[in-house]
Amino acid sequence: MSISTHPFRKYMRHHITRTTNCPGCGNGIIIQAILRSIEELEMEMDDFVFVSGIGCASWIPSPLFAADTLHTTHGRPIPFATGVKLSLPEKNVLVASGDGDLAAIGGNHLIHAARRNIDLTVILVNNGIYGMTGGQTAPTTPRGVATITSPYGSLEHAFDICPMVVAAGASYVARWTTYHPRQMTRSIKKAIQKKGFALVEAISQCPVQFGRAAKLGKAVDMLKYYKNNSIRIKKARGLDEEALKGKIVVGEFVNVEKAELTSELARLKEEVMEV
Amino acid sequence: MSSGKKVMTGTHFMMGNFACAEGAIAAGCEFVAGYPITPASEIVNQLARRLPQVGGIFLQAEDEISAICAAIGASWTGHKEMTATSGPGISLMQENIGLAVATETPLVIVDVQRLGPSTGVPSIGSPGDVVQVARGSHGDYQVIALCPESPQEMFDLTVRAFNLAERYRVPVFLLADGLAGHMRERVEIPVADSLDIIDRNVTTGGNDPMERIDFLDEDVAPMPVFGRGFKAHVSGSCHDEHGMRNLSAPEVMHRYISRPIDKILKHRDDIIQVEADYSPADIALVTYGTVSRSARAAAQLGRAEGINVGTLRMITCWPFPDREIRQIGEIVDLMLVLENNRGQLYPYIKAEAAHACQIEFLGPQILGQIHDPENILARIKEMIK
Repeated sequence: MSISTHPFRKYMRHHITRTTNCPGCGNGIIIQAILRSIEELEMEMDDFVFVSGIGCASWIPSPLFAADTLHTTHGRPIPFATGVKLSLPEKNVLVASGDGDLAAIGGNHLIHAARRNIDLTVILVNNGIYGMTGGQTAPTTPRGVATITSPYGSLEHAFDICPMVVAAGASYVARWTTYHPRQMTRSIKKAIQKKGFALVEAISQCPVQFGRAAKLGKAVDMLKYYKNNSIRIKKARGLDEEALKGKIVVGEFVNVEKAELTSELARLKEEVMEV
Repeated sequence: MSSGKKVMTGTHFMMGNFACAEGAIAAGCEFVAGYPITPASEIVNQLARRLPQVGGIFLQAEDEISAICAAIGASWTGHKEMTATSGPGISLMQENIGLAVATETPLVIVDVQRLGPSTGVPSIGSPGDVVQVARGSHGDYQVIALCPESPQEMFDLTVRAFNLAERYRVPVFLLADGLAGHMRERVEIPVADSLDIIDRNVTTGGNDPMERIDFLDEDVAPMPVFGRGFKAHVSGSCHDEHGMRNLSAPEVMHRYISRPIDKILKHRDDIIQVEADYSPADIALVTYGTVSRSARAAAQLGRAEGINVGTLRMITCWPFPDREIRQIGEIVDLMLVLENNRGQLYPYIKAEAAHACQIEFLGPQILGQIHDPENILARIKEMIK
């Protein structure tokens, strides 16, 4: 029997032989999308610094990726990444974290990084629930879904993250589900190349917690659900709220060029530095 | 004062907070993140103008949590960095002070203390954070804290704070108060060459952390800074010498807690500074920070009246100068501890000295107002009666 090595094994720390992901987790698809983006862009792992927070998605780069990786406190990867990027502007700084980390406890940092338009790439993995801690309601949990902390169904409205980040001023925002790995990869490539704040929201299945709570079944059933309920943003723009109920709007929400913070700081230094 | 020179050599009449800002730049600080707060704002105000002139970066963060996280991130790129705030900001920073300790990150945190609790009185410089800077984050850990008594020391001890942070890979507090921060006084800034500046050790090579000691060295591990192909793994989770998370081996957990504490305590003689002016016959006034100025004035008044009054000023409050306090306690018969709060270090001082001398505490007559030397002298007279 011959043993073949996965083509992306070269991007991983040699001593790491397993991940912390549960069976059926969407993280694997997203890991592949990130690493395939890096390969297709013909970049090296040393061109990057990876920063993550706390939660299931924070295990995407750390300790797996053979690169500089910074695993931080809950909610704070974006400010840590901001400090890294400002002091190391020639590197690509990529944040991978979850919806609870980036949109609940870290929500303020997310909108301010978008406002600053600092050149970060943020992969926000949205599984709609707190997976690691046992399936509690997230700000992204759809209204009505019963979770361990909303046993009678969530009474709150869910965040619509992409339009929020667009409104805050990001240069690039896209959303795909784990049913769309090719489209997701294309968007991650664009996000890495974008000089400005770029966010890719990856709607991702958590069969262990969310699948059970929302009665969506196993991983494959959830992927089918994504397939059947995703709608392209261009098509969605012509529809009213009622028609969009329960739909996942996917595609590019914004892709613009605008003044970026590290470039502006470099310009400022040139102007005011005395020789 | 705002030219692009890194070291503003000369004699200045300068506010303490400005002296701190100049000390940071003189020490080689290249990145500052901060959020406005009284009575510390002048530090970031000044650095926002000065840093770009010397090639540095200033970030006005959206809150103090963001400020300390950005500073830690910048430190991992190999640059010297700082954040400056006051009590409410320190409270917000506590979780990530713990991350800086756990990841052995060089970091300077300026705390220009104000009267608390809660919003308290922003412009009154009561040192209320003396214990919270050492014990406010969860878990067991050891930081360094230096207490300036004057604008001159706002410069000198800022430089020293950077040196200690770089040498020991640890958060170092400049534990000032609103009085030292807002006071204007003569500040001598030396020529650049005469400043003793320490830079951190950076790991010398290899692209595999499994073949390096990046953390938990018995002394101080060289830092595997980002951007140079070291492929460092940095985590606030319990980790081994390579930075790799380990939540299963009890001996790794033990080292994860103990080594960062021991590396500081092992070098306590290099870190701890006190200013001692006492003899065995004295009643000793033990202080730190701006209260030391009142203590010296009271000692002079006492000596003029023929009362033997000595002083011990803790320039380093953390690690706690236990041996120095024990030593004075065993030499003098009477000790009076002066703090401009309800006695935050008093229990620590008592623990070292109460076995050997009579020890009492005196706050100012009105909290937040500096001690009246006459009032200190009156208390001394009561004690020796």
